Amino acid sequence: MSVLSDTAVITQRQLRLLTRVPEVLIFSTIQPVMFVLLFRYVFGGSINTGQPGGYVQLLMPGIFVQTVAFTLAGTASGLAEDMKKGLIDRFRSLPISQSALVVGRTLGDSLLNIVVLLVMGIAGYVVGWRPSSGAGNVALGFLFLLFFGYALSWVGALVGLSASDARVVQNVSFIVTFPLTFLSNAFAPTTGMPRALQYFAEWNPVSTMVAACRQLFGLQNQFGATAGSFPSEHPLTTSFFYIIVIMVIFIPLSLRKYRNSAN
Amino acid sequence: MKSIIAEQLVKTYDKGKIRALDGLNLDVEEGTVLGVLGPNGAGKTTVVRILSTLLRPDSGAATVAGIDVIKNPEKVREVIGLSGQYAAVDEILTGYDNLVMFGELYHLGKKNAIIRANELLERFSLTDAGKRPIKTYSGGMRRRLDLAASLIVKPKVLFLDEPTTGLDPRGRQEMWGVIQELVKGGVTLLLTTQYLEEADQLADEIAVIDTGKVIARGTSDTLKKQVGGERLEVVVEAAHVAKTLEIVEAISGIKPSFDEGLRQISAPVSTGSQALFEVLKAFDSAGIHALDVGLKRPSLDDVFLSLTGHAAEIKEESK
Ligand SMILES: Nc1ncnc2c1ncn2[C@@H]1O[C@H](COP(=O)(O)OP(=O)(O)OP(=O)(O)O)[C@@H](O)[C@H]1O
Ligand SMILES: [Mg+2]
Repeated sequence: MSVLSDTAVITQRQLRLLTRVPEVLIFSTIQPVMFVLLFRYVFGGSINTGQPGGYVQLLMPGIFVQTVAFTLAGTASGLAEDMKKGLIDRFRSLPISQSALVVGRTLGDSLLNIVVLLVMGIAGYVVGWRPSSGAGNVALGFLFLLFFGYALSWVGALVGLSASDARVVQNVSFIVTFPLTFLSNAFAPTTGMPRALQYFAEWNPVSTMVAACRQLFGLQNQFGATAGSFPSEHPLTTSFFYIIVIMVIFIPLSLRKYRNSAN
Repeated sequence: MKSIIAEQLVKTYDKGKIRALDGLNLDVEEGTVLGVLGPNGAGKTTVVRILSTLLRPDSGAATVAGIDVIKNPEKVREVIGLSGQYAAVDEILTGYDNLVMFGELYHLGKKNAIIRANELLERFSLTDAGKRPIKTYSGGMRRRLDLAASLIVKPKVLFLDEPTTGLDPRGRQEMWGVIQELVKGGVTLLLTTQYLEEADQLADEIAVIDTGKVIARGTSDTLKKQVGGERLEVVVEAAHVAKTLEIVEAISGIKPSFDEGLRQISAPVSTGSQALFEVLKAFDSAGIHALDVGLKRPSLDDVFLSLTGHAAEIKEESK
């Protein structure tokens, strides 16, 4: 299957880029680790969770989800860079599967996420994160996070292939990911938000992902106005649904954009 | 057999406002080199991108190695090599990594991709540089690596879009050598350039394009003849100018032009060396001592000027 081997070559290329520019790997792990420390020690003290184990238990799933959500920006800027340098022209003139470049890029970004999540998990453990649900459920949670990151990577692919300029890519990625990660239950309970925002936050895929991870890591989710709503009762099902919907929409759109990118 | 045929290619941008190609026709005989010569914005890159399947024309048809570019782009990609106007290689990876990666994408398998990468690095004098990231390369090295990448699987048809733009004279000479080697190997080559001299050096035939159309086509010799064959040029002492004008006019049949500063008299002639012989004989019998007598063939610059009504603008190389 040449699609698979072509994709593997592209993914390898991306991993090789990491060895050539190790800063990328270093910064993509340092940043989330900084977030862990910042929230744990700066805000953590003033947030009363009523959970055994303290704020860090709630925080870690939030930070995991936020981190994988930023895959969107990584994929977007990576592809935009390739477009700008004309490298895409060479790929498109080769007798390879036309989807390999984009598929390989999204897979490479997901592999990077494995490393980042691992480092963050260790950092979390050091500052007191102790999931109580057993190794199997924790592993399932991580798998779910990777899957979510992969879906968002396809949103990033569309952004990267559509944008005319690297700065536009950054801004668009920022505008998409920031509200989603902060208008959510990731860092603080939604119970303090205005009622309308609470509904938004409850249906927000980032929130359902965070709630799903908390559930998988053995925590109780807390809800305010929206208690009893479908996403708060079934965060795993809802997140799964979101992931599938995102992929069903964005994979074909991105591939089509790539195919037409030169016209 | 024709290796490349393009018929009535039209490509517009900005909802038809810019006509990058405006009914362009081309064909290239197998194993020959066509130089596509044109100024900035003439449509050179657009033709190359269409023929190498990167761009679809609005209308028109094209085949490369007998394969329809629009209907069967995947098949075309198997037989072509492309080196675009701007080197398309991964800046962060080393030259070697780039070539191995492209080799694998050509399905050579890891082992053969490595062998081929080393061969190409050697051939393009990049063996040492191969270990360094591309971003440390000079313009010429980058260009050579890009060309190497387009030769991984020996292509039947090769497209080179301005292969020497931005190179210094030495880099240009080197690149010409490399291209001449390739051509000896029997590849069909379509090369674009805005250097008249380059087309003259490398191409069997030249297509001059301007505003998206081929405005002239032929060998560099026929193009030059089309402009009016050769010119007879003589330089004489000021005292002999009047008499010389008469002699030259008699031979050429056309009133000569006179450059006062150079004291040079010139006129087009169609009889070549015969005219030269006649003028010398006439000078001899008139007792005129010529300071300089010669036949000058028109340069491609003259060709361009007379065909388009404007000079070829050569990009200022700013480095
Ligand atoms: N993507 C695009 N959008 C709008 N106009 C374009 C686009 N690409 C090319 N053009 C226009 O089409 C015309 C032909 O461009 P092309 O790049 O083929 O010229 P060229 O002969 O390669 O020039 P150069 O010597 O500068 O490389 C130009 O007027 C150019 O501005
Ligand atoms: Mg061009």
